[in-house]
Amino acid sequence: MVEVRNVSKQYGNKKVVEQVSLNIRKGKITSFIGPNGAGKSTLLSMISRLITKDSGEIYIDGAEIGKCKSNDLAKKISILKQSNHINIRLTVKDLVCFGRFPYSQGRLTKEDWRHVDEAIAYMDLQEMQDSYLDQLSGGQKQRAFIAMVMAQDTEYILLDEPLNNLDMKHSVQIMKVLKRLARELGKTVIIVLHDINFASCYSDYIVALKDGKIIREGRTEEIIDSQVLREIYDMDIQVETIGSNRIGIYFT
Amino acid sequence: MHRNMIVKITLLALLSFALIAVFLFFQVEGSWDYVIPRRLKKIAAIVLTGGAIAFSTMVFQTITNNRILTPSIIGLDALYLLIQTFVVFVFGSTTLTMMHKNLHFLLTVGLMVLFAGVLYKVMFKREGQNIYFLLLVGIIFGTLFGSMSTFMQVLIDPNEFLIVQDRMFASFNNVNTDLLMISVIIMALIAAYVMRFMKYLDVLSLGKEHAVNLGVPYDYVVKRLLIVIAILMSVSTALVGPITFLGLLVANVAHELMRTYRHRILIPGSILISIAALVGGQFIVERVFTFSTTISVIINFIGGVYFIYLLLRENKKVW
Amino acid sequence: MRKRYLVMALIVLSSISVFIGVKNITPLDLFQLSDDQAQTLLVSRLPRLVSLIIAGISMSILGMIMQQLTRNKFVSPTTAGTMDSARLGVLVSLMLFTSATPLQKMLVAFVFALAGTFIFMKILDKVKYKDTIFIPLVGLMFGSIVGSITTFFAYKHDLIQNISSWLQGNFSMVVKGRYELLYISIPLVIIAYLYANRFTIAGMGEEFSVNLGLKYKQVVNIGLIIIALVSSVVILTVGVIPFLGLVIPNIVAIYQGDNLKRNLPHTALLGAVFVLGCDILGRLIIYPYEIPIGLTVGVIGSGIFLYLLMRRIAYAS
Repeated sequence: MVEVRNVSKQYGNKKVVEQVSLNIRKGKITSFIGPNGAGKSTLLSMISRLITKDSGEIYIDGAEIGKCKSNDLAKKISILKQSNHINIRLTVKDLVCFGRFPYSQGRLTKEDWRHVDEAIAYMDLQEMQDSYLDQLSGGQKQRAFIAMVMAQDTEYILLDEPLNNLDMKHSVQIMKVLKRLARELGKTVIIVLHDINFASCYSDYIVALKDGKIIREGRTEEIIDSQVLREIYDMDIQVETIGSNRIGIYFT
Repeated sequence: MHRNMIVKITLLALLSFALIAVFLFFQVEGSWDYVIPRRLKKIAAIVLTGGAIAFSTMVFQTITNNRILTPSIIGLDALYLLIQTFVVFVFGSTTLTMMHKNLHFLLTVGLMVLFAGVLYKVMFKREGQNIYFLLLVGIIFGTLFGSMSTFMQVLIDPNEFLIVQDRMFASFNNVNTDLLMISVIIMALIAAYVMRFMKYLDVLSLGKEHAVNLGVPYDYVVKRLLIVIAILMSVSTALVGPITFLGLLVANVAHELMRTYRHRILIPGSILISIAALVGGQFIVERVFTFSTTISVIINFIGGVYFIYLLLRENKKVW
Repeated sequence: MRKRYLVMALIVLSSISVFIGVKNITPLDLFQLSDDQAQTLLVSRLPRLVSLIIAGISMSILGMIMQQLTRNKFVSPTTAGTMDSARLGVLVSLMLFTSATPLQKMLVAFVFALAGTFIFMKILDKVKYKDTIFIPLVGLMFGSIVGSITTFFAYKHDLIQNISSWLQGNFSMVVKGRYELLYISIPLVIIAYLYANRFTIAGMGEEFSVNLGLKYKQVVNIGLIIIALVSSVVILTVGVIPFLGLVIPNIVAIYQGDNLKRNLPHTALLGAVFVLGCDILGRLIIYPYEIPIGLTVGVIGSGIFLYLLMRRIAYAS
């Protein structure tokens, strides 16, 4: 379980995240939603130790992240940020191999290679495993990065707006993969999402942030509700049930 | 692909050895017992400084995720010149030449490492600091030191200035044996220390966020590597003088030639290129220019021109 | 910062500047000048004052144009390789024509400064990571590369110490007959004033400007030509004054925001005041000797630059 206790972060005088406390359940998909500047990405980055918190504690399976060895954490938790610009020229396979670094420190064993090949197969990247990243389309590149995170084989997988710049088809593809990761492999997935309907269709729990604070959290069907959404986004969002999914209509 | 790399490294090693052999045995006139040890000393100095500079630049570019930068620019070269100019300006050139070599060497290295240390200390106190910021501050100090040295240089008597001028350009011609030994020891210690960080380099080249995600203790590793770089650059500059753009040249040639991200290949590659360039360059300076120019002037010239060419040639945005 | 105060400061400092020097001239002497004193005044003191003011004004305006064109607060002739290129030009002119006239030197220096600044702009196009801190870093790197080429030729011709003396901005060499080239920058500064808004738009990028009906290439080229011309004129008559074009526009922007047209007069005035102040300081510290302005501005300017950087970081994060 991930436990966040009274975590705050401020830049200059601006409080980006303020006294946030939160529990994230194992084996489920949890989405962070909220308007721009709500502190979603900052919170995610703090959970994954990419940025340091000003105060508060974050426990992963009972251990405070500030006190853990970075390498041990890397076997428990992985993060993928939305912009993954890499300066060097890598093939898909090279990239996925990097995911094994916490285990192999660069010298891959048979076991490591098995994980790499599995991750590539899982993300359906076999055909392009020797292509260079700069030759791939946005969706393929995103899949390659997710394959790297899979090879890292962590209990917790954090993704910051993984659908950014992807078209509908690829967005759905990525979300389906994440769902399979949770259902089939029992991973805990935490995602920052912009589109409430993706959050609604794929997540088990939703955490809504606004102005650096959590204003609502709960099961998906509790949050995707006209009343609650008005509170989060300050706009009227009609919620309809289509099939088994609740869809918010906010276009007009 | 891996085999390919090994072939390239082998060829580079052969080239370096061939150049060293030519340098050693070309036109030995007079006593071998006299000429060969002298030449060997030059070779030793070249291997030492060339290796140190190539290694530092490679690691530095990996840490900064950028191939346009070189550690020489953080103000160390300028500080070295300032120290030399200052000594001549205040005490006169006789002091510079007479002053106990070891003392002067250690003092210079000490001041340079101290400067880098203070710079890092101040910069890293602010958490999450942009590393480019550190470099820019270093450069500004470099400019400041430069202004001060220029001021003194203009005032110095032209004959005295020639002494300073000698120090402005790296030279392998009169390397002191004692200093060479001290440098070898320092660098061997550093090499032993730095081995433990080697495995992180490939991951560091992915950038900070990926490196942290993959379990690299980022701040710890980067700080130590930067200190190692500062020591290596200081020792090699104090030993032979500044060769600002050597690192830039060899690191980029190594990337062009090796076309890999693996530091296990890039680092030996760049060290070999560096040695080949310096030995070849020194040979040309001695035989073609008959000492009318210095190796560092030539290397900086070639390095600079090559670099501008690189910047303008790329059609893609690479940096 | 009121314009009025700046004008007053300018007048006060100008008068101080005229009356400082080894040869004693007091304000009272103005009414009964001896021949000797009149001579000093006309040949040395007044030319020095005029050149100080012109150089201060034009270098600050120059920095401002460059910052508009690159949309980066930390770009200036010192941080974009312009000065180093001009220096290379001076050296080349010395090698080509053994006894180059100032005009020839200026033309060659101009060509080099233009080419250098142009290459810098090209490099900027290629740089993907347009970080405020990173761009000046690239510019300074580029400058020192050009500098290494200069050194290469200077070393061969035994001109290293000469080069050092050009590098150093110095007004003590300014006497009648040796500074008049500076007047060229006056019309250029006026053109810059008229074009100010266009530079701002051009800085937004080619597509943005074309959309607003601006002849992008033309405006940028005019900007670059002005920058190169003024830099080469200043470097020939006075030498390099580091960071001047950088700190002055930034200080003005801190007080007044970023309205270019409104800031121009302030920038010009403050530039002149700053240079005058530094010059007077340099003349007084080790009186009767002088510290060249390159050093005083270098020290004070880099201090201010560092402060601006720190401040910027505090704001950005």
